[in-house]
Amino acid sequence: MPKPKVIPRALLDFLIAWTLPVLIVIGWEIGARMGWISARILPAPSAVALAFWTNIENGELIHHTLISTRRAFYGLVIGGGIGFGLGVMNGALPIAEKLTDSSLQMLRNVPHLAIIPLVILWFGIGEDAKVFLVAIGVLFPIYLNTFHGIRMVDRGLVEMGRVYGLGAAALYWRIILPGALPSILVGLRYALGIMWLTLIVAETISAQAGIGYMTMNAREFLQTDVVLLGIIVYALLGKFADVVTRWLEQRALAWHPSFQPQHAVAA
Amino acid sequence: MNWATVYAGQRDMELETDAGWSTAERNLEARRGESVAIRLEAVEKSFGDRRVLRGLSVTIAPGQFVAVVGRSGCGKTTLLRMIAGLESASGGGISIDGAPVRSLRDDVRLLFQEPRLLPWQRVIANVGIARGAGWRARAEAALADVGLADRAGDWPAVLSGGQKQRVALARALVSRPKALLMDEPFGALDALTRTEMHRLLLRVRREYGFTAVLITHDVREALGLADRILVLRDGEVAMDAPIDVPLTLRRTSPALAHLEKRVLAEV
Repeated sequence: MPKPKVIPRALLDFLIAWTLPVLIVIGWEIGARMGWISARILPAPSAVALAFWTNIENGELIHHTLISTRRAFYGLVIGGGIGFGLGVMNGALPIAEKLTDSSLQMLRNVPHLAIIPLVILWFGIGEDAKVFLVAIGVLFPIYLNTFHGIRMVDRGLVEMGRVYGLGAAALYWRIILPGALPSILVGLRYALGIMWLTLIVAETISAQAGIGYMTMNAREFLQTDVVLLGIIVYALLGKFADVVTRWLEQRALAWHPSFQPQHAVAA
Repeated sequence: MNWATVYAGQRDMELETDAGWSTAERNLEARRGESVAIRLEAVEKSFGDRRVLRGLSVTIAPGQFVAVVGRSGCGKTTLLRMIAGLESASGGGISIDGAPVRSLRDDVRLLFQEPRLLPWQRVIANVGIARGAGWRARAEAALADVGLADRAGDWPAVLSGGQKQRVALARALVSRPKALLMDEPFGALDALTRTEMHRLLLRVRREYGFTAVLITHDVREALGLADRILVLRDGEVAMDAPIDVPLTLRRTSPALAHLEKRVLAEV
């Protein structure tokens, strides 16, 4: 049977999905050029692109992005590390859970952004304050999901491991941790969202460098294009973090039926 | 399931082995491993007020294949878990090879009702779960013994139910156990797959020569495989009979039909 010449399905879906955003950007550009939209309220996309280019050239963008990323990274490592450690400990030792879990649950209910004034009093407006806030923000989702993941590991598999002579370390590395990993990765993705959100708020309120500082500074000089640029950079950083986690999930959970190619599942 | 399906499998197996008896069978004899005696003396077990086992005394000779049948809740799984060292007796004593059972033993392996494979490890790594020097070669040999040499690199998720249980059997065989304890390992399989598994079990048993204890609620399965049948009722031995009919004659033996009637009357 001769194949009719049509646009492939995937390409068609792609075109349909992108039609609206492209039309909006084109309309926005036209509106700004015709003077319907004030440049002070919303500069044209081309102006934002130009701001992007100049800020790349003078090194400002890279400088501020690196500072923001560094804060995010330190906060994630410190808060995530503590959350993971507590999750493993409480998941494995009932006595540790009794001792710390209810306290952690109480602390979890304090919105971490509400303690910003306190954090400024403690740490001033330096790096420590931002790293601290991010660490507090990411600690709880990672703690909760690690704890939950370890609790949900199939007891039958752990018993099997014992019957087949695995010691405590082997049980942990080969059965408990891999079993909890899907849940831990969910916690990580959730934590990454909170990480950027916390950083945006913290940098906007008080900072001497970073994307948030760049946008607040631009606001004072009415550089709406740079403000918009900052927002876009935040969005891209968030997207990048998400892509990295997805990649991590696909590598670490290759065994999981939902990450395997369809044809392999029904063998 | 009826006699025809149970024994059709065995007939095929007999034909296979009859042909090459002289050399193949002698090799099997040479490779035959050791087996142990299992001795239960006045074993009691209660969970709270509920007495599950009431003074059970049974001696299982080295190399014997004992099937334990009984209704659900008669204590047969508890009995097996106690022999394996997963639970301790409330009274009386269990000894393997003369030594009292206090904890898990390396030369006793347990085959669970479910395969309990680690989904995040490939088949070969599941079989060689206990690791140790040269584990991969031994795991490959055990996989070949259950006829799954070509699936070593697959994830457990892509195997069928019967294949998963065969992998679990290979995992138990890797360390050349002196006793194999089976807790209804074929209960969840369809009739045809179950017949295949029966053939496989009889074959590896002749090859490895371990003492075998099979828990089952299927009287025909018990009579088709074992040397001795034990009926458990209300935590006591209601019947203990040898099955003297040779494996090759079981599908036609009138003595066995008579024995089946007696067992069914006791269960």
